[in-house]
Amino acid sequence: MLGLNKKDTTLFLIVIGMAMLAPFILNPFPEGSSLAQMFNAGYPDLMQRFVIFGILVIGFNILFGLTGYLSFGHAAFLGIGSYSAVWMFKLVGMNVLPAILLSMIVSGVFALLIGYVSLRRSGIYFSILTLAIAQMCYNLAYSVLGNPSSNFNLTNGETGLQLSLNDPRILGSATTDGALPVTNLFGAAMRSSYQWEAGSWLFTFNVGYYFSAIIMLISFYISIRIFRSPFGMMLRAVKSNQQRMNYTGLNTRPYVLAAFVISGIYAGLAGGLLSSMDPLAGAERMHWTASGEIVIMAILGGVGTLIGPVVGAGFNEYFKNILSKINDDILHTWLSFLPDGLENLLVGFLHYFVGKGWHLTLGIMFMLVIIFLPGGLVQGGQRIAKLFSRKKDGQATPPATQTPAE
Amino acid sequence: MGILEVKNVGKRFGGLQALNKVELDVKENTCHAIIGPNGAGKSTLLNCFVGKLMPDTGSVMFDGQSVLGRTPYEINQMGISRVFQTPEIFGDLSVLENMMIPIFAKRDGAFRMHAFENMFAEKEIVEHAEHMLEDMNMADKREMHAASMSRGDKRRLEIGMCLSQEPRLLLLDEPTAGMARADTNNTIDLLKQIKDERDITIAIIEHDMHVVFSLADRITVLAQGTPLVEDDPENIKGHPKVREAYLGETAAA
Repeated sequence: MLGLNKKDTTLFLIVIGMAMLAPFILNPFPEGSSLAQMFNAGYPDLMQRFVIFGILVIGFNILFGLTGYLSFGHAAFLGIGSYSAVWMFKLVGMNVLPAILLSMIVSGVFALLIGYVSLRRSGIYFSILTLAIAQMCYNLAYSVLGNPSSNFNLTNGETGLQLSLNDPRILGSATTDGALPVTNLFGAAMRSSYQWEAGSWLFTFNVGYYFSAIIMLISFYISIRIFRSPFGMMLRAVKSNQQRMNYTGLNTRPYVLAAFVISGIYAGLAGGLLSSMDPLAGAERMHWTASGEIVIMAILGGVGTLIGPVVGAGFNEYFKNILSKINDDILHTWLSFLPDGLENLLVGFLHYFVGKGWHLTLGIMFMLVIIFLPGGLVQGGQRIAKLFSRKKDGQATPPATQTPAE
Repeated sequence: MGILEVKNVGKRFGGLQALNKVELDVKENTCHAIIGPNGAGKSTLLNCFVGKLMPDTGSVMFDGQSVLGRTPYEINQMGISRVFQTPEIFGDLSVLENMMIPIFAKRDGAFRMHAFENMFAEKEIVEHAEHMLEDMNMADKREMHAASMSRGDKRRLEIGMCLSQEPRLLLLDEPTAGMARADTNNTIDLLKQIKDERDITIAIIEHDMHVVFSLADRITVLAQGTPLVEDDPENIKGHPKVREAYLGETAAA
């Protein structure tokens, strides 16, 4: 289908299915139950983050997964995309398509410039260069270009760039009631949702989510095509042996630069979508910890695999969400079956791992994945699949591996 | 006139004169061996042909054009392929993909952004690669992870990758270094076959005299960065100067 082989088509169909049915899959518990409060993730804000960060990491994986160049400044493109989109909402109109288009163009241009400079080095030096340039962008956005009292206030500094009633918006979107206009796609507001009550379950279908999900699916499809193309093969060859590439008549620099620009455009697209969902862009999106999170999501899911980035982004966002929701009261109710002294002790200990301490738990999970599944969660899935298929084989044929020791 | 003409090449690394007034003339469709004791400057000389090193003096002409100042990929596009001392292949890729890359490079040049075709949909490239694998006797290994093959197979693959580009000049840097006897003999047979069947010029650097005398039509002996003798293999064998430089005083005596 669509020029994909059978295996990739299956994968793509599964991802389509998951994305379309996400409001059901992520809401397995009936509304109002205590489990629902904790583990349900089927609300628009979080679902949007799943797919948008999916796009971001899919793009990052085209650079890091294929060429092995670890960019430690990818959040810069996310931020640039966010600001571009908000400016489009301020100046032109509230339709998300032109905003996203501008995000992609601007971040693509920045990626070309930043990539041209930082790709003069490889390995750790490349990572450090990208990190430094991204931090520079962050500081520019945070203070230099964001002084509210100056005439050239591009980012509005600490407060973040936001919409206001006296923005020009040349395509117009006059608000009758004096409220801020909302982002929309030809009239369909991004934040509008349809809720469906089925028994005690409540499912929310959000316009913004489905719009982002469709864009994620397109991005995913393009990424599969790139992975299977001669261009993708060249990128893998760059990772494998640059020396051989040079002596085979291939110039590695434009290949890596192209990958860098593509992944920058992906990040800009994700930033534009974030702003389309909530038209507010802050400098913290470009902070180096945000760049680190992208790397973590990619490694968590499985670098260089097709589905890994989506899995990693989903895993990270989901656990970040539930871990930060757990507080001491919830821990007390969960552990109420224990004797009081022990309960208090345990709650006191677990306190550091939940709520504001969610970083700690995610860090431990990350370490466990790196140690036991260096290929990421995808490798874990593959191992489980192998385990099952081996069991099946084992019944059919006796193990052939039992050769005497030499 | 030779296909590769080296004139007065000199290269100095700090206090060491690695190459000094090297003259070399490799005739078309011959196999020219460059031999010499350790540290004679053989690899340095080879690196000057492929754009890795820039000599301080002299000229290196390939088919009438200077290769100096060009990057390795440009020199490759001119028709020079190089085999390394330790096989340089794409270890993370399959054997078939390894073979396809040089063919793509030959057809599409140093860079082409073909991000939307399927790589296996390019029939003529896949067929060419499969054909090359058959030539190298490794058709059964096409799906294998290249890094997991034996040293000898990696060498075969590397040579095959170079040949798939139909280069006019093939540079071999100690192609049998660190190989078992059987692998060495296989490699000699392969190189002989290449020499006989193809219009190709081979320049080889080698330590192993067995390899040199089985393949070379012409031999240049390098010692301390300077060419000592250039002659046919029969004459080299008994040449007193060569015996002295290469095999040491005792052998000459």
